[in-house]
Amino acid sequence: MCLGIPGRITAITDPGAMLATVDVSGIRRTVDVQCVAEPGRPLDDLIGRWALVHVGFAMALVDEEEARATLALLETLGEAEAERDAMRLTADLDRGEAA
Amino acid sequence: MSVWDGFKDAALGRSLVERIAERLDALGATERQPVRLMEVCGGHTHSIFRYGLATVLPPALEFLHGPGCPVCVLPMGRIDDCVAIAEDPRVIFTTFGDAMRVPGSRKSLMQAKADGADIRMVYSPLDALALARRNPDREVVFFGLGFETTMPSTALTVLRAEAEGIANFSLFSQHVTIIPTLKAVLDTPGLTVDGFIGPGHVSMVIGLRPYRFIAETYRKPFVVAGFEPVDVLQSVWMLLGRIAEGRPVIENQYGRVVPEDGNQRARAAMDAVFEERERCEWRGLGSIDRSGVRIRDRYARFDAERRFSVGGAVVADPQACQCGEVLTGTLKPWQCRLFGNGCSPETPVGALMVSSEGACAAWYQYGGARRGAA
Amino acid sequence: MNAITPLRRRRLSVPTVTLSHGGGGTAMRDLVEDVFVSAFAGDAAAPLEDQARMDLAALAAGGDRLAFTTDGFVVDPLFFPGGDIGTLAVCGTVNDLAVGGAVPVMLSCAVVIEEGLAVDTLRRVAASMADAARAAGVRIVTGDTKVVARGACDKLFVTTSGVGVIRRGIEVGIGKARPGDVVLVNGPLGCHGATILAARGDLGLDADLASDCAPLNGLIGDLLDAAPGTRLMRDATRGGLAAVLTELAEASGVGVLIAEEALPVTPAVRGLCELLGLDPLHLANEGVLVAVVPREQAAAALAALRAHPLGGQAALIGGVTSERPGRVVMDTAFGQRTIDLPVGDPLPRIC
Repeated sequence: MCLGIPGRITAITDPGAMLATVDVSGIRRTVDVQCVAEPGRPLDDLIGRWALVHVGFAMALVDEEEARATLALLETLGEAEAERDAMRLTADLDRGEAA
Repeated sequence: MSVWDGFKDAALGRSLVERIAERLDALGATERQPVRLMEVCGGHTHSIFRYGLATVLPPALEFLHGPGCPVCVLPMGRIDDCVAIAEDPRVIFTTFGDAMRVPGSRKSLMQAKADGADIRMVYSPLDALALARRNPDREVVFFGLGFETTMPSTALTVLRAEAEGIANFSLFSQHVTIIPTLKAVLDTPGLTVDGFIGPGHVSMVIGLRPYRFIAETYRKPFVVAGFEPVDVLQSVWMLLGRIAEGRPVIENQYGRVVPEDGNQRARAAMDAVFEERERCEWRGLGSIDRSGVRIRDRYARFDAERRFSVGGAVVADPQACQCGEVLTGTLKPWQCRLFGNGCSPETPVGALMVSSEGACAAWYQYGGARRGAA
Repeated sequence: MNAITPLRRRRLSVPTVTLSHGGGGTAMRDLVEDVFVSAFAGDAAAPLEDQARMDLAALAAGGDRLAFTTDGFVVDPLFFPGGDIGTLAVCGTVNDLAVGGAVPVMLSCAVVIEEGLAVDTLRRVAASMADAARAAGVRIVTGDTKVVARGACDKLFVTTSGVGVIRRGIEVGIGKARPGDVVLVNGPLGCHGATILAARGDLGLDADLASDCAPLNGLIGDLLDAAPGTRLMRDATRGGLAAVLTELAEASGVGVLIAEEALPVTPAVRGLCELLGLDPLHLANEGVLVAVVPREQAAAALAALRAHPLGGQAALIGGVTSERPGRVVMDTAFGQRTIDLPVGDPLPRIC
């Protein structure tokens, strides 16, 4: 899949070489952050951000807001389902089928 | 932990499976006349098998496992070239683990290593460069493979080698590009696909724009998707919606990682180092025009193909091998005459059996290990 | 073979092992006595013979069958978080005896040393073996030393054999699983394999990982006391949990269904697996016990495991079924997938 894993940038290890430490559930690895550094902003701003890591390179910063928005949308699908279940249950009760 | 875990939530998965079933019903899809979706990327094939998604989705939905596993499409001739370079006693040959078991016409890299070649598995091209720094008297060659996801990393490594004046590092480029590959799939005679699950990590580099032709010319919906089970299910649900509406559009399910425009700096590095090859051989698919890249003249001294005179011969796929038909979705893996019958993960004949993301290996390991035999 | 005997202590005066230490002369005696005998002998005063001798009646008092096993140990690096090749060599053989229902009694130890190895390295390994043997309650009673030319082996290979006594009434076997039984493990999966991968250093990973290498005989003793009907036990070494489950499904002619959510896996092992595209089910363990017990003894078995220091995270991970004999299926919470044996050593992958 072009294996890409989210990890948190925890330190800038070599600002000149654009290298940082990324932590993936307690596994730490030096990664190249050239592709995600924001021009004109200090590299230290990356600390604490989640990055998508592929073969030792941070290839994208994870947009946590976007992720939450996607999940929220999916939750509403689930709620719609719960509502439908409730309606079905009510209908069953009306017919006296539920114990 | 991270917000990522929400995309592994089984309750969300269950509600998506129900919504998918409703949309399939509404479309009138049946097992005999299923909706056929192709996941282009081997990572999605892996997720579908890894989480057993096909076992809970209705039979009215069929997945076609596409060609997007760069290891699976490695042609034998290119492996032969790598083996030849690796057998040069000056060379430390470095590669991702994936390529180790891919059969060449003489031997795999794994066999070459057993025969004495200095072949080392690395996690990152940066690690190959570090080996070059530590071994100035050796030639360190890195086997660069993969789509646009991986290409920026090898390009940036070449640029780093140049900046640091590391003269004993070179790259063997077997990088391939996604758009010509998709075109080749879309132009396959007899192929019926109703929509595409698009490659998430390639797209974080190239963005969404390059896919427009799929909606505009081929009239197919295309959803760029993440790799967690909820991601895959959501993109299936989205595709079914577009199919129902008869509205072929390019959409992004993986917005948390994939920006509309991709990653400009990654593309700039790729463009600086690589240029199109006129022809590129694919295992199972033959030659696809302009589907691969080579190193530009400016970086010729980092090009392993030029530093080591390799044969570059095209070697035909094994005759009985039906990887091509499986890659384009004409055959299911277990319908191949070699599946479990001379071709298995232990002794792969075709490349689809080599990588755990190859459709055949995935079937063998997770789904249909004994289907062929039973 | 030389039985291990505390003699007048001889000291090695050189820092590295050379071919002369394998030549059968005084250099070899110095090496054996200074490094191995001094570490292993303890209070056992065996005669200087080519074999250890044991009292049959004393052995027979502990059970009614003898168990005998052997295992070779090669690992790179020799030292890793949580153990070293010495710990592995003792625990591995102790565990192979214990999972057969045997109480391990004594071990042999043969080493093949690459010339140039630091004597201190050898001392550390011998000390680890002695510690592990003490922890497991076994004695190392005989051994052998060979030195080979540089390149003929990788630093140090260790072979241990072991003898144990199987308790009366305990009948465990790989073919004894029955539908309705449950599958238990004593702790997190994949710690050893993940630790070794990270410790090799070539992947550039720094990790909060340690091998699970431990002697399981104490834990197994407690399990058998609590669940004497235990059908089978295995330590999930190479090939991981997947290999053990596949083997028992085939040998017993049963299906095995496990739940992914029930599998104990530490965050660091999960992180390493995600990063390198590996499966924790395929990673090696050196202190993971897989036990199949009858359902009615499951609660007692689980409680016994959890009460032991090596079983704090013990879990019931699945059950034995009559469906799909010979196959192992995992419920992923999204669907089901077949678990098969890994092809070879798990290779890190990028795609």
